[in-house]
Amino acid sequence: MASIPELKKICSQVRRDIVRMTSAVNSGHPGGSLGCTEFFVALYYEIMNVNPSAFDMDGKNEDVFFLSNGHVSPVWYSVLAHRGFFPVSELGTFRRINSRLQGHPTTAEKLPGIRMSSGSLGQGLSVAVGAALAKKLNGDKNFVYTLQSDGEMEEGQIWEAAMFAAAHKVDNIICSLDLNGIQIDGKTDEVLPLGDLKVKWQAFGWIVLESNGNDIENVIATLKEAQQHTGKGKPVMILMKTILGKGVDFMEDKHKWHGTAPNAEELQKSLAQLEETLGDY
Amino acid sequence: MNRYSYTEKKDTRSGFGVGLLELGDKNPNVVALCADLTGSLKMDAFAKKYPERFFQVGIAEANMMGIAAGLTIGGYIPFTGTFANFSTGRVYDQIRQSIAYSRKNVKICASHAGLTLGEDGATHQILEDIGLMKMLPGMTVINPCDFNQTKAATLAIAKHVGPVYLRFGRPAIPVFTPADQNFEIGKAITFIEGTDVSIFATGHLLWKALEAESILREKGISAEVINIHTIKPLDEAAIFQSVKKTKCVVSAEEHNMYGGLGESIAHVLAKELPTPMEFVAVKDTFGESGTPDELMKKYGLDVPDIVSAAEKVISRKMVEV
Repeated sequence: MASIPELKKICSQVRRDIVRMTSAVNSGHPGGSLGCTEFFVALYYEIMNVNPSAFDMDGKNEDVFFLSNGHVSPVWYSVLAHRGFFPVSELGTFRRINSRLQGHPTTAEKLPGIRMSSGSLGQGLSVAVGAALAKKLNGDKNFVYTLQSDGEMEEGQIWEAAMFAAAHKVDNIICSLDLNGIQIDGKTDEVLPLGDLKVKWQAFGWIVLESNGNDIENVIATLKEAQQHTGKGKPVMILMKTILGKGVDFMEDKHKWHGTAPNAEELQKSLAQLEETLGDY
Repeated sequence: MNRYSYTEKKDTRSGFGVGLLELGDKNPNVVALCADLTGSLKMDAFAKKYPERFFQVGIAEANMMGIAAGLTIGGYIPFTGTFANFSTGRVYDQIRQSIAYSRKNVKICASHAGLTLGEDGATHQILEDIGLMKMLPGMTVINPCDFNQTKAATLAIAKHVGPVYLRFGRPAIPVFTPADQNFEIGKAITFIEGTDVSIFATGHLLWKALEAESILREKGISAEVINIHTIKPLDEAAIFQSVKKTKCVVSAEEHNMYGGLGESIAHVLAKELPTPMEFVAVKDTFGESGTPDELMKKYGLDVPDIVSAAEKVISRKMVEV
């Protein structure tokens, strides 16, 4: 278990990785990745029981995680690498030809840590529910974690999975929803207003918690609280408020940075705000 | 007279149901999911005997495909069941990303394929599903011909590691292949040897091809009838072996002429052994309501259509040689 200052140092390095990885190939999605940094660091360093040195697709007797909004792959890759799933040096291959670090995560290249391909939105929750059912059939008491984005709530399949999970009492799953209020075309409230997501998820039969996704202590506390709600017949959803582009002042809350990589000058301005704590790849 | 005979007619979907139940007994890792068509898919016996391994997902096929993909993570072998239309076109991207590209060991089992679904009409009569599924890298595509072969195929795909599309149908048709046969994925079966024309048939069209062979024989034409139950991977060696002898081909399938078995055969022949070929298939149109027999006749998938295709391709062979 790392201390909070240590976790914050990891977050700073992960954010450096995100802007460097996307800038190097002039593509990728830095905004949502920066916003979800605390979540991924908390999950992989404090919350999940994982086995980085011996990755196994079936994930029996360990916690498993599914990323549904696959475009935030830079933050996931960085955290997986620093956590020991694969060499940190491999981050330099992101989005390049012959890389295991595809633009969107895939099992096809056998990158340790990845159990499902994602990128086409709205599919991850269904897969996670299936994996949670498999854990129940196996008598495996570990949990299934997921991350969805708020824009994904516009996909109908999400609500099919929500209905099923409640009806089938899938109570070993802890989902998180990245509420940054932004999608490619602009604010979610302008593209397609999502309404009251807390009321909607509760109406679908889920336990709903709320967290401040950029406060790592709060993220950890809420995930631990969520664990206390498992095993009681209901799936758990954490509505996690984040700021897109968090940590880089000119990116924060600007939808341009959903899917735009920083140029060389912007990269230097970004790195000046993010301390190098673990060494750049 | 047809060289094959039968004592009863049964639907291929029931072969799937019996096979699935047997798998339930044999393999504790087999699980099944259905989208509100348990009776139609004949999955009720499995659901009743193994309720803890059966998941009713409701009318939510996209979610069913995702859940099936997830169940493989943990070692299970999921069999999904719904109509062919809802097993493919409706959920193509879910199959593409969560199953095929993710390399998941899911068995997509699809009933009521093609025109023989009958009276429900074109909304449900998918004629594009073989094409959709064979285009996905790594997907195995199987279309068995009768009750016994469907049962055997159901047992076989559980042993195959990788995604499979198993296509079967609604109507009761002759049961003419052996009970408890061994089903070898990707291996064509020669039903009748002949020298004048190769007829490659899949699914419901195999029985019709056997009927056609008997009529052709009476006309003095020696037809070879080969069952291609696995459209992908295609048994290219069996095709070449037959075509080198007969030098002309008829394909027969309950599918659009684009994307089906005929197109796959034409592809390999065009590359290796260009050969005159005729296609007994639906002529790029949707179906309509009617009885299965009426529809097969109207859309050119009946015994006389195979006979005339064989005669036509033989005459082309004469001219082109």
